[in-house]
Amino acid sequence: MNSSVIIFPGSNCDRDMDVALKKFGFKNKMVWHDDDKLPKSDLIVLPGGFSYGDYLRCGSIAGKSKIIQSVIDFANSGGLVLGICNGFQILTETGLLKGVLQQNKNIEFICKNIFVKVNNSENKFFENIDKDVLELHIAHNEGNYFCTEDELKSLEDNNQIAAYYCSSDGKVDDKSNPNGAIKNIAGIFNKKKNILGMMPHPERMIDQSLSGEDGSIFFENLLMNLK
Amino acid sequence: MEVNEKIAVDHGLKPDEYKKICDLLKRVPNLTELGIFSAMWNEHCSYKSSRLHLKKLNTKGKKVIQGPGENAGVIDIGDDDAIVFKIESHNHPSFIEPYQGAATGVGGIMRDVFTMGARPIANLNSIHFGSTQHKKTKNLLRGVVKGIGGYGNCIGVPTIAGQTCFDQSYNGNILVNAMTLGLVNKNKIFYSKAAGINKPVIYVGSKTGRDGIHGASMASAIFDDKIEEKKPTVQVGDPFTEKLLLEACLELMSDKSIIAIQDMGAAGLTSSSIEMASKGNLGIELHLDKVPCREEKMTPYEIMLSESQERMLIVLENGKEDSAKKIFDKWNLDFAVIGKTNNTKNIELYFEKEKVANVPIKFLANEAPMYDRPWKKTKLPQKIKFSNSDFKKLKFSDVIKKMISNPNICSKQWIWEQYDHTVMGDTIQKPGGDAGVVRVHGTKKAVASSVDSSATYCHAHPFTGGKQVVCEAWRNLVSVGAEPIAITNCLNFGNPEKKENMGEFVECIDGINEASKYLNFPVVSGNVSFYNETKDKGIKPTPTIGGVGLIKDYKNLMTMKFKSKENLVLVIGKTEGNLDQSIFANVILDEKKGPPPEINLFNEKNNGETVLKLIKEKLALSVHDVSLGGIMIGALKMCIAGSKGIKFYKFKNLTNIYQYFFSEDQGRYIIEVDKNNLKKVENILKKNSVHFDLLGETTDKEIIINDGPTFTVDKVTEFYRSWLYKYMS
Repeated sequence: MNSSVIIFPGSNCDRDMDVALKKFGFKNKMVWHDDDKLPKSDLIVLPGGFSYGDYLRCGSIAGKSKIIQSVIDFANSGGLVLGICNGFQILTETGLLKGVLQQNKNIEFICKNIFVKVNNSENKFFENIDKDVLELHIAHNEGNYFCTEDELKSLEDNNQIAAYYCSSDGKVDDKSNPNGAIKNIAGIFNKKKNILGMMPHPERMIDQSLSGEDGSIFFENLLMNLK
Repeated sequence: MEVNEKIAVDHGLKPDEYKKICDLLKRVPNLTELGIFSAMWNEHCSYKSSRLHLKKLNTKGKKVIQGPGENAGVIDIGDDDAIVFKIESHNHPSFIEPYQGAATGVGGIMRDVFTMGARPIANLNSIHFGSTQHKKTKNLLRGVVKGIGGYGNCIGVPTIAGQTCFDQSYNGNILVNAMTLGLVNKNKIFYSKAAGINKPVIYVGSKTGRDGIHGASMASAIFDDKIEEKKPTVQVGDPFTEKLLLEACLELMSDKSIIAIQDMGAAGLTSSSIEMASKGNLGIELHLDKVPCREEKMTPYEIMLSESQERMLIVLENGKEDSAKKIFDKWNLDFAVIGKTNNTKNIELYFEKEKVANVPIKFLANEAPMYDRPWKKTKLPQKIKFSNSDFKKLKFSDVIKKMISNPNICSKQWIWEQYDHTVMGDTIQKPGGDAGVVRVHGTKKAVASSVDSSATYCHAHPFTGGKQVVCEAWRNLVSVGAEPIAITNCLNFGNPEKKENMGEFVECIDGINEASKYLNFPVVSGNVSFYNETKDKGIKPTPTIGGVGLIKDYKNLMTMKFKSKENLVLVIGKTEGNLDQSIFANVILDEKKGPPPEINLFNEKNNGETVLKLIKEKLALSVHDVSLGGIMIGALKMCIAGSKGIKFYKFKNLTNIYQYFFSEDQGRYIIEVDKNNLKKVENILKKNSVHFDLLGETTDKEIIINDGPTFTVDKVTEFYRSWLYKYMS
């Protein structure tokens, strides 16, 4: 399977994502933001970081960058797009995903392990995943997902909520919400479920020696679903 | 403006220093030249009070590739890999403007490391604040933590370890010491020594503004009532530009275009150009109208003294200008040829076709003042005689609660959760361990690093304190299973013009040196921060030591968490029961006098090496060094980390339970051992003449103290973790 990771000036999880994709068998290419064409890909990843310094608003300038039109075209034609952290913020800025990511409720950057409950596994990202509570890692200052009531209803009606922050045993409650996100939302899909944006970083959880291994489950499963 | 003595004094120069300048030049300098002299001759850049003593430091070792004198030190970790590292202070600016002060401190030290061709792989920091009761402490702590995080998180370099202390001696002068480790191929290290004449001098990075003018001079003076007015001397950081600069520089470094490179840190364009030329024994000619400026009508004086951040000066090979420019264009950074090297051995500045300064470089560098300041020895204080009545009034359970939630002992999770400590995907020991550990990307190796200071000990007896900090750094590396290799030091002191402060400095250095030599743990880089003094009140002497060590196979990483119940717990090293200068004596008994615990370097080395042997033979299941709070706090931290309990055995030979549990006798470790391996462990310890005691055995959850109270690990964890959150909320 071929994947491409877009590098914006200020991206800083691009290498980590490259390492993770390759570890689980993707043939990955790095794509510079100033290019206008994407290489042939089965998956496009917008990585974490501080694209363009996150000036103006997180992800907003990246949402207008040269490569992004190709990403939008790719997504609209049904291609698989994954945005992690800053990548999620960029996807909301392009309009491919609904809502916004505000500053964390406690107005502090948060770096720690959290748990998410997978809400919808009828899609390429989570289909066949054999664990519905995953331990992942967050590292962000603006991960507090927000959308209007109408948007929320539409997300719920169309089963577009990908994952909720939860406790280790899968309870979705205030205590397990790290950043104040509405309804504990950690990640969402577009209507067709070919675009996933989420704040947690699976690529930091791919090795027993790191913070955990549940990221491996995510990538292994994703690759299998694409084959 | 005509320069005179008064203007020179306003620039921070002493009248006799100004006279020396005139004598050297055989004329009165113009204002630009005076500005350059004042920048090069201040304490921060010239090390005029410390140079004489720094020369004594042990800086050599088999694994040292580069010692002090470059942007950072470099050590060999095998297979052509080398680690570049250094610690640096940003104390004065952080007190005036905590966010920007701390942020630019982190930015500055990272530039020092990637200037040498290394990709930064880990950040650490040591921060000291005033009393938790002091009205400024909370805001300063919040601002500094946000600043450190704001910069490091954006660049995408993990902050893997640190140290936070509170003591009223920092009420008027906080300390922010930032350390960075970078990874480089040992055959591709870049230095700041210029070579060859008529080589283009290139300016890259951010544009120059009026920020930070005289920042280095500000950091070379004591604070008074008017420090708020000094805000404009604090630089403003832009981590995004630094990230671009990092990537652009590393890209340019992949070929052979660069002859010399130097970041523009303290004293900006002045010190960077002069240092490169001075090291190469060359002259340098700069055309200041070519310097990219972000403000209008900047004068040569302002351009030379600005401390705008995220800038580099490069001496390039001839003919490489176009290919180099392409790289900086790609990263959207300014690139300007602003001058060239020459053989005049002078710094010659031009502005709008006029020569505006011309000074022999040796006057600025080699001829800078060097002082042998008078200093006073500190006597070893008398030992305190604690009486039984001191202890009788205490309730053991209250003592434990008070100790584990003490600001200097409690968990610093509130701080390190605000730092991205996992980016780059190689952090295998997060903050909260004895040392942070990152893998050397793509290899089996891992690098461990920790930062330590012991101002209380250094204050009581600087020589012993200096030795102790080095030993503490050594122990922290040993505890994670790393072979200690080298250190960097950040020497934070009061006013060197006072002989007590100067004495603290001299004796701390002697102590550092003795331990560093004995442990073969050389100093490869560092910095000195004097004048940490406000209205005549100086800080406690605070040398901060950053240690670096190597774990050959990262799978052998050792941690402090108790692994399972019913294992034996041993204390390696002898417990004498000294409480003088311990945190127990200070906090519980309110006794602040007495000598610090003695350092026995033979035991220190022998115990450490033997613990490493036990780790290597896979006989130790967990390891933690005994430091602040003694055996009790050490063991409790191991319980908390592993969510296990401990049943302490009855202790022998000591007069009372407090001395046994809270003494801070040095050279000790706590280790967890499988019962079936006790014989093997005993044999190794005995064979190496290492003293040890059986401390107890691990339990499921209960912490049981003989003749004392019982706790659960969950309760102790709550005391340990909640204090700082409550304080900051």
